[in-house]
Amino acid sequence: MNRTFRVVALVVAFALGAVAYQQGVIPQIIQRWDDVWFLGKEHMLLVAVSGGLAIVTGIPFGIWLTRPSMRKAAETMIQGLNIGTTIPTLAILALSMSLLGIGKVPAIFGLWVASLLPIVRNTYTGILAVPPHMKEAAVGMGMRPNQILWKVELPNALFVIFAGIRTALAINVGTVPLAYLIGGGGLGELIFSGIALDMTDLMLAGAIPVAILAVLTDFAVAQCQLWLVPRGVNPLR
Amino acid sequence: MRRLEILQYMIDNLGLIGERTLQHVSIVSVAVGLAILTGVPIGIAITRNRQVADAVLYVASIIITVPSIALFGLMIPILSTIGQGIGYLPAVIAVLLYSQLPIIRNTYTAINNVDPALREAARGMGMTPGQRLRQVEIPLAIPVIMAGVRTAVVMNIGVTAIAAYIGAGGLGAFISAGIADTDVRQLVTGAVSVSILAIIADFFLLWLQGRLTPLGVKT
Amino acid sequence: MIKLEKLTKIFDTPGGTITAVDHVDMEVGEGEICVLLGPSGCGKTTNLKMINRLVVPTSGKIFIDGKDTDDYDPVELRRNIGYVIQQIGLFPNKTIEENICIVPDMLGWDRKKSRARAAELLELVALDPALFLTRFPKELSGGQQQRVGVIRALAADPPVMLMDEPFGAIDPINREVIQDEFLKMQQTLRKTIMFVSHDIDEAVKMADKVAIFRDGKLEQCSSPDDLLAHPANSFIADFVGGDRTLKRLRLVKVSEAMSKGAPSVTAESPVADAVKAMEDHGHANVVMVDERKRPRGFVHMNDVRDKKGPVSDHYEALEATVDAREDLRTAVSLMFSNDVTWLACTDADGKYAGYITQRGITHLLGETYNQ
Repeated sequence: MNRTFRVVALVVAFALGAVAYQQGVIPQIIQRWDDVWFLGKEHMLLVAVSGGLAIVTGIPFGIWLTRPSMRKAAETMIQGLNIGTTIPTLAILALSMSLLGIGKVPAIFGLWVASLLPIVRNTYTGILAVPPHMKEAAVGMGMRPNQILWKVELPNALFVIFAGIRTALAINVGTVPLAYLIGGGGLGELIFSGIALDMTDLMLAGAIPVAILAVLTDFAVAQCQLWLVPRGVNPLR
Repeated sequence: MRRLEILQYMIDNLGLIGERTLQHVSIVSVAVGLAILTGVPIGIAITRNRQVADAVLYVASIIITVPSIALFGLMIPILSTIGQGIGYLPAVIAVLLYSQLPIIRNTYTAINNVDPALREAARGMGMTPGQRLRQVEIPLAIPVIMAGVRTAVVMNIGVTAIAAYIGAGGLGAFISAGIADTDVRQLVTGAVSVSILAIIADFFLLWLQGRLTPLGVKT
Repeated sequence: MIKLEKLTKIFDTPGGTITAVDHVDMEVGEGEICVLLGPSGCGKTTNLKMINRLVVPTSGKIFIDGKDTDDYDPVELRRNIGYVIQQIGLFPNKTIEENICIVPDMLGWDRKKSRARAAELLELVALDPALFLTRFPKELSGGQQQRVGVIRALAADPPVMLMDEPFGAIDPINREVIQDEFLKMQQTLRKTIMFVSHDIDEAVKMADKVAIFRDGKLEQCSSPDDLLAHPANSFIADFVGGDRTLKRLRLVKVSEAMSKGAPSVTAESPVADAVKAMEDHGHANVVMVDERKRPRGFVHMNDVRDKKGPVSDHYEALEATVDAREDLRTAVSLMFSNDVTWLACTDADGKYAGYITQRGITHLLGETYNQ
């Protein structure tokens, strides 16, 4: 991305902000700042807990699928997961509610399931995509399977795994506003109440922070992917 | 016991399921159809200039990051000025916007990835830019463009489900009613039917992608 | 047929301007193959691509058949010039037939005519039309694809062909075969061909004329033998290689170095006749032929000087003979592998035609250097 374009984007953003201020949107958000702040924290907590859970469970699961003992079962499971990714997130939340009822737990469970699939899939394909000659070299040097995993397979799959995390968090952040519907709380409350009550200011007080949070989260994950993945295996650097 | 109830509900409401499926399919297909008509030409046009391409893809990727319900929320005040704040139109516009990134990006990369040797051969044989596009670049890009369409359709079946909350109808209406009334029957009916719709669409588009791929390019 | 006048191409790059082709003047006659040769980055490919306007010249003129190519629409121009590239560039989404018919179709040929032409061209390169017309490029081997690449360029029967390292991507064995095929085709087609190569052996084999480029300048343009015998400067001498004289062996036929009118004897001839023949001719060996005049053996002066009886009592078998139509490379190779200093040569009917000696070859090649 070149610098002129960044400048243009900034100017456009600033202009939009100015228009919004003139229309009275910003004052309304400031008026509701307490609500926005409280629900925003809840919102971010939902993202952090469900997304974090998805990462700490999804990666090990993905690794496990690549182990030789799983070779046969893995393909079928991945195909199942691929079908799973086509299921709309609202449907996942609805099914979660029908199983677990209303509240934080079904919300987090639903979000966890929705974000799990891309992480598992990318971990699996990322590790399988490590060229066989690298593994052969590692075996030839006398590495044990565990050493191969940590020193060869995971570092070389890291970029792909990160891409999976990015997709997962994008899905997660996009779905969190819906979590309100099944009692999870968060900024979705403002949007849905605003739509139901036909109160534009309430709706925008939710929609604008949600949109900004989503864009910022994606940006943050992209930056992590850029800087945390070592240069030797990072096509972006 | 509950399972039987749900099944009974589905059977009793087959007509309604069909009607809402049609609404759902209509929103997605109209919007993705329009998205193909806009996204493919844009994707081709931006292959001419790297900087413009970067800018367009950047904007499209920001749009797709905005959660759908937030996008609806942002559109309602704008579309209200023409009296279309809720309903069919905002749903179609949202799907249209979300479909841009996968379709533009796939078209752009597919055309860019056409082997430069083929382009040179085509030029050297005296093909005009239009002939190159029609006879070589687009046929070779079709599988990748179709993959983008498939991504867009599957994603937007989910977006359209959420559009039930702004009165667009579709299968999401079962879910919203199920949540409002804590009615597991409607909840499961909505969730299962929209999932099946997404899975069927996914398989259908995969099949279509195969059909549209030129014979000589198939692996 | 093709004439370049002060042809120049200057590229503007962020690092400054680069003169890729610098005031090149040259001419290729009708039916000739002119190979543009030089190290990578010497401007040979840019020079070629200016002819069909894939690269627009900065200045200078290009004439084809006396007509200035500036006066043509580039698209029209390209349709009338055959173009073959190293990567072949067959369109994977089209069948072989469709690939071959691209230019005829664009020129608006009758469909029947162009399809018949495709089949005819496939036969020309020994690919069965019934088998190959409906195939897709990926179903062909690399060598087959390259043959199709060449006939695709021939489809509309253009008088001029441009070939950019057309055989560069093929393995050495197949390359030789395709080169030979192509030369055979060229004997009847008589196209005017510009051919880019970086391989001196290929140039020597294919070219009527070799144009050597360095840093955008045309350094020398002459026949292959002249180039090898008289490189214009040390760059060219280095480029054609320290073994340039060995390369010339390819260009000279055995018949040119052969001593003609050499005597022969038969098995029944008395030894004295053989000795006399050797003394008269000044060669220490004489060949013995059979009744159909085919070389069968030889006698050496030292073995028979004071002997009596027929030649059949004293002759030695010939380890090898060489066809007079072969090139000197083959002859020298045979001499080395059989550890002999001379070879009996045969004509098209296998009859004894003369003999060739290492001294004779050295003398012939050396002669041109002293001119």
